[in-house]
Amino acid sequence: MNNTKTIEELHELLKSGKITSDELVKESLLKSHEIQSSCNAFVTIMDDAKGGKVTDDLLSGIPYGIKDNYSTKGILTTGSSNTLKDYVPFFDATAVFNLAKHGAIPVNKTALDEFGMGGTGTTCHTGVVRNPWDLQRMCAGSSSGSAAAVAAGVYPYALGSDTGDSIRKPAAFCGIVGYKPTYGMISRYGLFPFASSLDHCGVLTRSVKDAAIVVDAMKGQDKNDLTSWDSNNIELYKNIDGNLKGKKLFYIKEIANLNNYPDASRELKEHLENFQKTVELLRNNGATIDEVSMDKTLLNAISSVYACISCAEATSNMSNLTGIIFGPRGKGSNVIEMMKDHRTKGFSPLIKRRFVIGSYILQRENQEKYFVNAQRVRRLIVDKINEFLQKYDALILPVSTGPATYLDGSKDEMTNDNSTLLEEHLQIGNFGGFPSITIPNGFVGNLPVGVNITGKCYDDINVLNIAYGLESLMPYKNQIAKLKEERHE
Amino acid sequence: MSKYKAVIGLEMHCELKSKSKVFSSARNSYSDIPNDNVRPLDMAFPGTLPTLNKESVRQSLMMAMVLNCETPSYMYFDRKNYYYPDLPKGYQITQMHSPVGVNGKITIQINDTYKDVLIHDIHLEEDSASLDHYSDVSLIDYNRAGVPLLELVTEPCLNSADEAIAFLEYMRLVYQYCGVSDADTKLGQIRCDVNVSIMDEDASELGTKVEIKNVNSFSNVYDAINYEIKRQTELKEAGKYDEVVQETRRFDEETGTTKRMRSKVDAIDYKYFVEPNIPKYKINKEWLEEIRKNIPMLPHEREEKYINEFGLSKYDAQIIIKNKAYADYFEKCVALKMNPKLAANYLIVNIIAYLNKEEITLNEFYLTPELLNQIIVEFEKGTISSKQAKEIFNKSLEERKEPKTYITNDNVQISDEELLKNMINNILANNESQVQQYKDGKTNLFDYFVGQVMKETRGKANPNLVKEILKNKLDN
Repeated sequence: MNNTKTIEELHELLKSGKITSDELVKESLLKSHEIQSSCNAFVTIMDDAKGGKVTDDLLSGIPYGIKDNYSTKGILTTGSSNTLKDYVPFFDATAVFNLAKHGAIPVNKTALDEFGMGGTGTTCHTGVVRNPWDLQRMCAGSSSGSAAAVAAGVYPYALGSDTGDSIRKPAAFCGIVGYKPTYGMISRYGLFPFASSLDHCGVLTRSVKDAAIVVDAMKGQDKNDLTSWDSNNIELYKNIDGNLKGKKLFYIKEIANLNNYPDASRELKEHLENFQKTVELLRNNGATIDEVSMDKTLLNAISSVYACISCAEATSNMSNLTGIIFGPRGKGSNVIEMMKDHRTKGFSPLIKRRFVIGSYILQRENQEKYFVNAQRVRRLIVDKINEFLQKYDALILPVSTGPATYLDGSKDEMTNDNSTLLEEHLQIGNFGGFPSITIPNGFVGNLPVGVNITGKCYDDINVLNIAYGLESLMPYKNQIAKLKEERHE
Repeated sequence: MSKYKAVIGLEMHCELKSKSKVFSSARNSYSDIPNDNVRPLDMAFPGTLPTLNKESVRQSLMMAMVLNCETPSYMYFDRKNYYYPDLPKGYQITQMHSPVGVNGKITIQINDTYKDVLIHDIHLEEDSASLDHYSDVSLIDYNRAGVPLLELVTEPCLNSADEAIAFLEYMRLVYQYCGVSDADTKLGQIRCDVNVSIMDEDASELGTKVEIKNVNSFSNVYDAINYEIKRQTELKEAGKYDEVVQETRRFDEETGTTKRMRSKVDAIDYKYFVEPNIPKYKINKEWLEEIRKNIPMLPHEREEKYINEFGLSKYDAQIIIKNKAYADYFEKCVALKMNPKLAANYLIVNIIAYLNKEEITLNEFYLTPELLNQIIVEFEKGTISSKQAKEIFNKSLEERKEPKTYITNDNVQISDEELLKNMINNILANNESQVQQYKDGKTNLFDYFVGQVMKETRGKANPNLVKEILKNKLDN
């Protein structure tokens, strides 16, 4: 298998003529079909995809996957929603367009929780996405298909988007790398919006260096996205050295300390102990890591702040989905009835629930209490983290409460029973637009778990360096998912 | 009505001129071809994001300054959320929290009195698509979707339909003079919402306010206000004022009445919140100063100048400023050193009459100030008579040829004094008896001698000069 290699390795093989781009693409398509039958990871597999020209560009001729909420010119783009089940955009998302300039070859469109509004991979209109390590378990979401495909070795990378943790949590559950750079580094033009102030583009890979290479190609100021900024002076790949000496990190006691969880399950206990091993590993290699304390009230507000802001923005962002201009036309005797019919039939119950919450929060009489207050608390949380980041290079925290959870009985319904800090803290990265990366840091019960590193805005190089340094100390770089039966348990 | 006072507030929407739309790069120009000026954002295709037209921001800030408003330190926008087929995104990008101008004031003239109109705010937003309704189908044209729209909201400080119209007409002129809009109601570039209530003359509390939405011409605004005042007054007189409820009505052109659309209870909650895709930015102070410096002379300032500097009558000055094209034409004439009164006279008597007759605008008018000047210069020199000037004016327009092509040796006036004197001497010598009769008191023979000169010169002699010479010869 070639597509299990890193981008650098593949580039070498392509340059030396040992393999061709066509062979890589064929292999990738073959693997896509295999993974489709086991994991249901794709909305579209582009069977007519062909290899491309190989240049000095690291990405040239190498296949990759695109989350199905990135607009792709002439290629079905559904957002994994019935409301857009036949929608074919006539323009490329800027990130996709940028990758094409680098000679990257898209081979499939990956499934997601409908419009990115879920964290389980169970709300895609094409059905549930399964974890390639264990088909009974979820990939988390919303970049579920991308995570599954990269973990399974379909290609070295796939695009993701991240509004709460939609890149970084699936990466942890699938034992791979998930990176969302600073807000605005990659243009969002052409990305179907969920919550504009929280939405980030990013990538899922199997190594930190690959993530740097891909984001270098995706990023850039875009006249079509006013929130994008000029990052010409930031070269991620070239600046990766992995030096950990003198790096100062912190973790938040209220989130990561095992003592907070007297009734911890075996999995959670192992997961947090594993996190401490990672912390020790870093310390032994020249980094300092402090345990800091943060106001529990503020931390406990994270999930509600996220729910308020994301639902409010989402309900407005998705008001264009009426079936009038695009999407299946609804039935009714007047235009309002037609819109109602389209939306009633098109959206899954989870999304409708979020819309109701979003509308409620934005109502005149509720706005101050919920929406405006949520924004104030968002600001307080970001200020506090920024205060820490004045002293430290990065925040390091374990992702989730352990490895991937079972699909059975875990439909994403925005219930409160999984709202522990460990499940929600990655949203801090979206509140502040911070660069944030998840890398695998071990196994719990033979399933991968991840650790997250988050830094200051515009300090992506530092964050990637710490992640790269840590990755180099562990044996999980470029790991490919092995199904339970293959693992000889 | 004498017992009651009407209180009127206006919301005036005006489409701004610009190369592209306010939040997309689509062309901003009127097109007869539907869906001609459309970019993906204008139809709200998923993933599209707004950009911001700096020119529209500049124009809005300029208007805020003209209206003596306070301008904000930061520029940002809000979303106004509602579902309607003419609103592709399901929300309109507008300004609610921080408009480009608040708390303004402008003085308008109503006949011979002046009135301060208080401005609540002025804000920049996008226009909606336009809908064409047919018996069994409605069509959507997205050309208008995203056209920059400036909404001006007055305080409820107007008291009659006349005042409302005077304000609207003056503001239309201001928009035109500042070059921010053609402000053409026929093209729907100005649309109004009107708030009307009545109250007892001596009361201190306002009555119940009724809003009439989307009135698309000034005459309809006028009729709508007067109808509402009448309706509300009649109800009040009949002791049924409680039937006047806070509600939104529409003006029905056919019947000249207003009809209920929805009551306050059904008022839409627009769920405004800050547009996250256009980052808030600080407005540069120097830029503001530059905008302020570039505010063109406003209509009332021009009026004063025409009266005080150019010596026009107030009547003439007002006719000229009523249309920016007239005023610009007039000022170009003056810049070409034409006599201002003569230029004004030509404009008002000849040109405007011609435009009205031909139903064309001044832009389509063949005789530019430069071409008109060819006639005026010769007339002032005395080489052509006023009658000839008029003829050349008409001929030039008819054949679309420069006036100077008609000012030839064949038709120029004979103003050579020596030549005329000799000619007159000969005529007088050949008409001795008539000269004697004139001297005996038959003074109406004067015209006979003038006629003889004209006959001799085939009408080309400068009549004033001829009269002068004749007078000298005959009376001395």
